[in-house]
Amino acid sequence: MSDFPRWKYALVALVMLFGVIYALPNAYVPLSAVQVTANKGAAPIDDALRQKVADALAKDHIATGEVLVQGDHLLATFANADVQKSGADAIKTLLGDGYTVAFKLQSTVPRWLTMIGANSMPLGLDLQGGVHFLMQVDQSGVVDKLENSYADDIRNQLRQKDIRYESVARSAVAGQGIVVVLRSAADRSSAADLIAGNSPDLAVTDGPSTGDRYVLYAAIKPTKLRDLSLGTIKQNLGTLRNRINNLGVSEPLIQQQGEQHIVVELAGVQDPTEAKKMIGATATLEYRPGIGYPGDPRAIEAAQTGSIPPDANLYYTSNGHVPVLVGKRPIVTGDELINASSGIDPNNGTPSVNVTLNASGAKKMQEFTNANVGKPMAVVLINTVYETSTVNGKEVRTPKTTYAVINDATIQSPFGKEFSTNGLGSPKEASDLALLLKSGALAAPMDIVEENVIGPSLGQENIKKGFDAVMLGLLLVLVCAAVYYKLFGLVADIALFFNLLVLVAVMSMIGVTLTMPGIAGIVLTLGMAIDANVLICERVREELRNGSTPHAAIHAGYDKAWATILDANVTHLIAALALMTMGTGAIRGFGVTLFIGILTSMFTSVVMTHAFTALIHGRRKLKTLSV
Amino acid sequence: MEIFNHNSNIHFLRIRMFSIAVAVALVVASLALLATKGLNYGLDFTGGVSLVVDYAQPVQTSDVRDALEKGGLENTVVQSVGGSREVSIRMQPTKDMLDAKGQVNLDKVAGTVMQALKAPRPDATLKSRSSVSAEVGAELKSDGMVAAVFVILGIMAYLWIRFERRFAIAAVLTEIHDTLVTLGVLALVQREFDMTVLASVLAVIGYSINDKVVVFDRIRELFRLARKAEPEEILNRSINSTLSRTIITSLFTGITMAALFFYGGPAVHNFAITMLIGIVVGTLSSIFVASPILLWLGVSKKDLMPVTKENPELARRP
Repeated sequence: MSDFPRWKYALVALVMLFGVIYALPNAYVPLSAVQVTANKGAAPIDDALRQKVADALAKDHIATGEVLVQGDHLLATFANADVQKSGADAIKTLLGDGYTVAFKLQSTVPRWLTMIGANSMPLGLDLQGGVHFLMQVDQSGVVDKLENSYADDIRNQLRQKDIRYESVARSAVAGQGIVVVLRSAADRSSAADLIAGNSPDLAVTDGPSTGDRYVLYAAIKPTKLRDLSLGTIKQNLGTLRNRINNLGVSEPLIQQQGEQHIVVELAGVQDPTEAKKMIGATATLEYRPGIGYPGDPRAIEAAQTGSIPPDANLYYTSNGHVPVLVGKRPIVTGDELINASSGIDPNNGTPSVNVTLNASGAKKMQEFTNANVGKPMAVVLINTVYETSTVNGKEVRTPKTTYAVINDATIQSPFGKEFSTNGLGSPKEASDLALLLKSGALAAPMDIVEENVIGPSLGQENIKKGFDAVMLGLLLVLVCAAVYYKLFGLVADIALFFNLLVLVAVMSMIGVTLTMPGIAGIVLTLGMAIDANVLICERVREELRNGSTPHAAIHAGYDKAWATILDANVTHLIAALALMTMGTGAIRGFGVTLFIGILTSMFTSVVMTHAFTALIHGRRKLKTLSV
Repeated sequence: MEIFNHNSNIHFLRIRMFSIAVAVALVVASLALLATKGLNYGLDFTGGVSLVVDYAQPVQTSDVRDALEKGGLENTVVQSVGGSREVSIRMQPTKDMLDAKGQVNLDKVAGTVMQALKAPRPDATLKSRSSVSAEVGAELKSDGMVAAVFVILGIMAYLWIRFERRFAIAAVLTEIHDTLVTLGVLALVQREFDMTVLASVLAVIGYSINDKVVVFDRIRELFRLARKAEPEEILNRSINSTLSRTIITSLFTGITMAALFFYGGPAVHNFAITMLIGIVVGTLSSIFVASPILLWLGVSKKDLMPVTKENPELARRP
């Protein structure tokens, strides 16, 4: 009778079933598709548009699988990447700028599989293509801000020490920093001492003196500027990471490149529009005192005549384009915002964004609202988008800032730290806005200077090669093991095959992004997983040579080999762990694969083969073993 | 089927002076190679420049490479990016591409490269250009070092607890030997050392420790079983009885890496090669290096007996 307990048979059967089912989704090749989304202002995607696209594709003799409307976007599927490309081109020409046309891989995994959480592994940038962005960080704004605050400081210091000055202002010449104009040489030298003493980051130099104008330059030291620029990039990297994590990309690569660039690679993303919106936009909120309400006579008059009161700006509301006058001085700006979340306002049922301010913002808000209950307060959304145009054969990038009043409400009662902004167009708009606000302000504005959609053709080539390598490696090991260890080898072969399935199943379930290094990890795992079986088979042979009966040999073989297998695998796991903790994407993918592979192989190579061996040999009287 | 005579009793430890001398010589040679020739670091580590070039008509990457070589630009990595008309070119900046301060000047990069490309194909237009900073690479290098040290110390700690101090030291010394010799071979053949190779070197450490642990496990077992334990005899028997497994496993792993090398494409070429080098080095050191060090450190039966609670009562009984 076999010494193998029943529950272990059940466990092995369960694991085999799990491996088959959860590895299965990877067998469904995703379809090449093109996704069309409507930009702001364009007509929404509807059946008429679908018909138009289908007709145009048919007219150009581009074979399509399906053209269908899915929620707020249109999806057209194609047989392969080449047709997909010409299809996308045709749709782009047809629809023009109002719509965003992007490549997409449409999953074909059947519903019953996705229902139980079985999905195919996401593929890395090297296997399926993806989106690559290069962002340029514009540091000038940071320096501006810092110089302005230094100028304020200097003014205060001079006033406190009763040093008379004519002006303190930022120099129009870049690099000269702040220009302080004083009345006498004595004042100038005491001012120089004062500034140098209080602000060690400023380099103070004397400028030309004419008549009673004694000029002093205070410029930010280069080392400080360098620190500042490094800090800016770092903060932007952090903010980008947050924003991209919110997009749900599994293994994004976000890396500094040079001194003012950041690379963003989103593997598995075939639709760059959403990512671009999140990455590229600079959204700032400003809470400003409202002057009247949207569409009131003063605002309409200002819009018609162009005569705007000096203390106000004329903006338009985001829904309805109604003119509204708002005060110029912001009460609180986006920097002072700690958190923003979207929801439905319980009072009026409209989508809203709940906002939490920091201490200084809360204080200002409290002061303002205390004095202005019953008056309007406007929320101005400032969006900066960069537009590229060609002037005289050169690409010129111009920032285009748009101001929109997204909300203008009466202050019902004084508030400070927490409050909500409601009246947003749709729940999606609310959640988009909350996301942008929450993911933090960028230290410096950033814009995309290079954008690549890495086409799937290179990826398909890599997938094919990777698949071939895995299959060939597996086949060779299977044949060699069967030849060398006969029946025991065949049992090990079954286990090795299931090891591959279970490894893929676990990776799919966790959602590990598959990359070429990951495939290398799978192949290496196959080669090393057989080691446990080699250890067992050699032990069984040894026991047989030492005169044990077949059953005793099997028993002792598994028993003695187990300690060795455990030690060898734990040390190997330590190595895999080190690879996993390395930050870099490619190495991490490899380490994760190796780590999971070692764990699964310990089960399949030992427990699963033991189950099969017990099943084959268990109830029979044996004279020899085929090993 | 058996390839190895199971009664083999090759006296590996008799030549221990020789094998250790060879190992030391290999380590010294590797260190010398690393110091003089150095590793041929790839773009991941060194940084460099990259350009994206658009062609009006489809182009082969090999033609682009040829054009660059004719223009005096060698060691370029040319890849097609999303279609047949767009290629990305990566290379180390040449002297012509640096400005007076030694910084990469992208205008000069573009000038040099486009001149070379436009000679045979006037339809080439520059789409984008950029440089990769060396700082990112420096970070990767230090990360790699930290990971390697972490692996070696982690393994040492585990073996110290599971086995004994001498085993831990012997394993780590052999480990360092394997890593250095693998790196030495890479420096010798000047294979490009990129991110995947770093991963491979770390995997080699994991692979070769596997081999050592199997032998060590047998040593421990034989010591515990043997009545009269002559260390040299025990060590030698352990190597011999695990010899078949050591070589068969190496062959199996080697086969899969060969499959990866021949079918996996250029992306994993260097990975597979490094792994193959590491497998050979690791297998040989398991047989010839690890045990001599262990013998030299003076391992004995009493170090390996399972620790039992000292019971003076029990000891006094007849």
